[in-house]
Amino acid sequence: MGHISLKQVTKSFGATNVIPPLDLEINDGEFVVFVGPSGCGKSTLLRLIAGLEDVTSGTIAINGNDATMIPPAKRGLAMVFQSYALYPHMSVRKNIGFPLKMAGISKEEAEQKIASAAEVLNLTDYLDRRPGQLSGGQRQRVAIGRAIVREPDAFLFDEPLSNLDAALRVNMRLEISELHNSLKTTMIYVTHDQVEAMTMADKIVVLRAGYIEQVGSPLELYRSPANLFVAGFIGSPKMNFVEGKDAEAEGAHTIGVRPEHLTVSKTSGQWKGTVGVSEHLGSDTFLRVNVEGLEPLTVRADGEVELYHGDTVYLTPEPSKLYRFDADGKAI
Amino acid sequence: MATQHSRSAARLMLAPAVILLLGWMLVPLTMTLYFSFKKYLPLRGGDLGWVGFDNYIRFVTSSAFWPSVMTTLLIVGGVLVITVVLGVLLAILLDQPMWGQGVVRILVIAPFFVMPTVSALVWKNMFMDPVNGILAHLWKAFGATPIEWLSQASVPSLIMIVSWQWLPFATLILLTAIQSLDSSQLEAAEIDGAPPVKRFWYITLPHLSRAITIVILIQSIFLLAVFAEIFVTTGGAFGTRTLTYLIFQRVLESQNVGLGSAGGVYAIILANIIAIFLMRIVGKNLDA
Amino acid sequence: MARAVTTQRKTINTAIAWAIGLLIFFPILWTVLTSFKTEAQAISDPPVFLFFDWTLENYSIVQERSNYMRYLWNSVIIAGVSTIIGIIIAVPAAWSMAFVPSRRSKDILLWMLSTKMLPAVGVLYPIYLLFIKMGLLDSLVGLTIVVMLINLPIIVWMLYTYFKEIPVDILEAARMDGATLREEILYVLTPMAIPGIASTLLLNVILAWNEAFWTLNLTAAKAAPLTAFIASYSSPEGLFYAKLSAASTMAIAPILILGWFSQKQLVRGLTFGAVK
Ligand SMILES: Nc1ncnc2c1ncn2[C@@H]1O[C@H](COP(=O)(O)OP(=O)(O)O)[C@@H](O)[C@H]1O
Ligand SMILES: [Mg+2]
Repeated sequence: MGHISLKQVTKSFGATNVIPPLDLEINDGEFVVFVGPSGCGKSTLLRLIAGLEDVTSGTIAINGNDATMIPPAKRGLAMVFQSYALYPHMSVRKNIGFPLKMAGISKEEAEQKIASAAEVLNLTDYLDRRPGQLSGGQRQRVAIGRAIVREPDAFLFDEPLSNLDAALRVNMRLEISELHNSLKTTMIYVTHDQVEAMTMADKIVVLRAGYIEQVGSPLELYRSPANLFVAGFIGSPKMNFVEGKDAEAEGAHTIGVRPEHLTVSKTSGQWKGTVGVSEHLGSDTFLRVNVEGLEPLTVRADGEVELYHGDTVYLTPEPSKLYRFDADGKAI
Repeated sequence: MATQHSRSAARLMLAPAVILLLGWMLVPLTMTLYFSFKKYLPLRGGDLGWVGFDNYIRFVTSSAFWPSVMTTLLIVGGVLVITVVLGVLLAILLDQPMWGQGVVRILVIAPFFVMPTVSALVWKNMFMDPVNGILAHLWKAFGATPIEWLSQASVPSLIMIVSWQWLPFATLILLTAIQSLDSSQLEAAEIDGAPPVKRFWYITLPHLSRAITIVILIQSIFLLAVFAEIFVTTGGAFGTRTLTYLIFQRVLESQNVGLGSAGGVYAIILANIIAIFLMRIVGKNLDA
Repeated sequence: MARAVTTQRKTINTAIAWAIGLLIFFPILWTVLTSFKTEAQAISDPPVFLFFDWTLENYSIVQERSNYMRYLWNSVIIAGVSTIIGIIIAVPAAWSMAFVPSRRSKDILLWMLSTKMLPAVGVLYPIYLLFIKMGLLDSLVGLTIVVMLINLPIIVWMLYTYFKEIPVDILEAARMDGATLREEILYVLTPMAIPGIASTLLLNVILAWNEAFWTLNLTAAKAAPLTAFIASYSSPEGLFYAKLSAASTMAIAPILILGWFSQKQLVRGLTFGAVK
């Protein structure tokens, strides 16, 4: 069980209001990602759920019971911190076993749980080391191990991968996803990286300045972003925005077109431009095209396309994949 | 971090320390203030009633007051000048590459750990004794007449003893500060052609200014309160009666509590003036 | 930083530094040496430096005659107990200010510091009077309390600066892991802060050991620690250099050793964290 429900939750630090009234339902077994630019209140929201901060008003219910005033230890949640927050003076074994010791679980039973968690996380050979003697990825695993053994109703992750290098991050991303598949426990995952959000989430919550901009599955957000912010935030490379007469022609204030929905031609098309930068990745080619009267447009073209700096190209958006926004940035 | 629960726990856990220190400060302070407005002679009649600001006036107009202020200033000022100047030089010296740096450091710091009564007695008897002291032997070796240090040159002698105790403190703090100086600054200056003296004057010394201020303030607080050294060596004779010692004598030796308490209030005010400056610096550091 | 220094320069540095170091250390060295001399050799003219008949006689005489052990015991009790009580009171206080800072934390810290700056002589009589009234004069209990109180601000400050360096995440992790406040402090904070707590302990033992103003003024025979015991040698009649030296050596040796261990932390402790 891991159903979490936030009703009219707000949080202010003194005079600064970080979370405006916010409602959110997180269902049992879901992998929910809070995503948004840094400073938008993701960690604060997670810490409210964890109980490390008090809400200023509103209620948080876990499995239907009001948990607003319950201390963190009693909420049945486990948290993995960005800094890992391992206990530096304890061995890996003791680190993972700490929550069990606090729960007063017998030595033998704890030993068993530690062993099986270590097994899952490939830590069996490192159980007697101190955190200081481990690599970043291993520390991350210990932190996860410490969370797993508690068998919590939900896992909370606060940017757990941001201290790892790029290659390791991709690996750990997969491992966490696999963990979710096998445990089927609710996970709430905070990140500022939309790629992590898109790849891992069942449900993404896009936050900006404490407000929920949109909630939905990765594809829902990709297909039908509710507003300019979500449209620009979800998807990589970022969506192109065009204002002015091209937009008016579509009956909108702004139109958006994803780089992958622009077709490139050397001969004819809607917008004529010159290639600024072309990045050949092999599988894809990313072009930055300067069009007169518009912001530079990003195009995702075929990997084998032979276009270089200074070439003249014509771009045409796929009409069915055009996004239209009104003057307030809302999708039409 | 802060939930209602942890905040109330924090208040509860802070309470014992705050209450104890509050009591330690307020109770005696109030009593001192109370006595300072009374004629109070425990051995000669006890509480003889309120006298207004009489004690305050009598304390500053007594013939012992100004000399004691002078002595205090001389000792505090003398020790400060000696420890800061020598401390800077020693710190620079100890920062140079050498063999056995750790050992030298230990040798230099050692006096700080010697209890005041021991250092005062050792200096008084084994160094400053006009007959058997080392200094007397040294003087004789050069054909000079030994000095009766603690009677003929009592204040300089005390300055010397106290400086010996506090030089390690200044050196240690200044050395720590010097070691935090980014050496690339000095190297840049060297490349720019600045000679060593200029490098010291324009880079090292400004870098040390904060540490020097801290040394001066902290030492001032402790030096104003120098007691055991005088108690053991001269007992306040030969012009070594500082303000602290004068108050001690008024209170415990002549048991004129009212008068001594008025002096105590003066001492508290004086210490607070210095403390305010020190706290400004420390407080700034807290924000950083 | 790492630049080749000529051996010649290094030699000169070494010579000067050692000369000055030994000069500063000389009074202590001389005291220790004299403690092994006979009384006659101690005042011989010219003074003998090393070539004398080494004897331990002074140490045994000092012990027998003056009940040295009792003073030592008093010193140990006062320094040890006052430090331990101080730390027990200060750890929670420092936890509060380091991990649950409020607008007032800084003011409280500075105020604590200001109590340390209260000149002792300004409150001498009130304390003296209170001690008489409560029957604490010349008692170990009374003195231990006073010494604990005068050092409490330093203990709180030192612990505070050490705690500040511990990431709050780790304490929160413990809280998430189900630790109560007591368990969080006992199993997580304290072990992590052990180096800081140890140096705080050390510095305070040193300060308490050497505390002279209150020990001289509040004790007579019963509770007098070593500071007062040494002061009793100031009367000219009881003056014998070798014995004075032996007593002095015994009084300072333990603390000198502790001091050398704690020299690094000393700076932080004595400047209230303003210089690290
Ligand atoms: N303890 C606090 N006191 C005051 N302001 C805070 C505190 N914690 C966070 N904030 C503010 O709340 C906002 C959101 O912070 P945070 O939740 O950490 O953002 P994110 O995790 O999305 O980067 C930031 O503007 C931050 O400055
Ligand atoms: Mg964050």
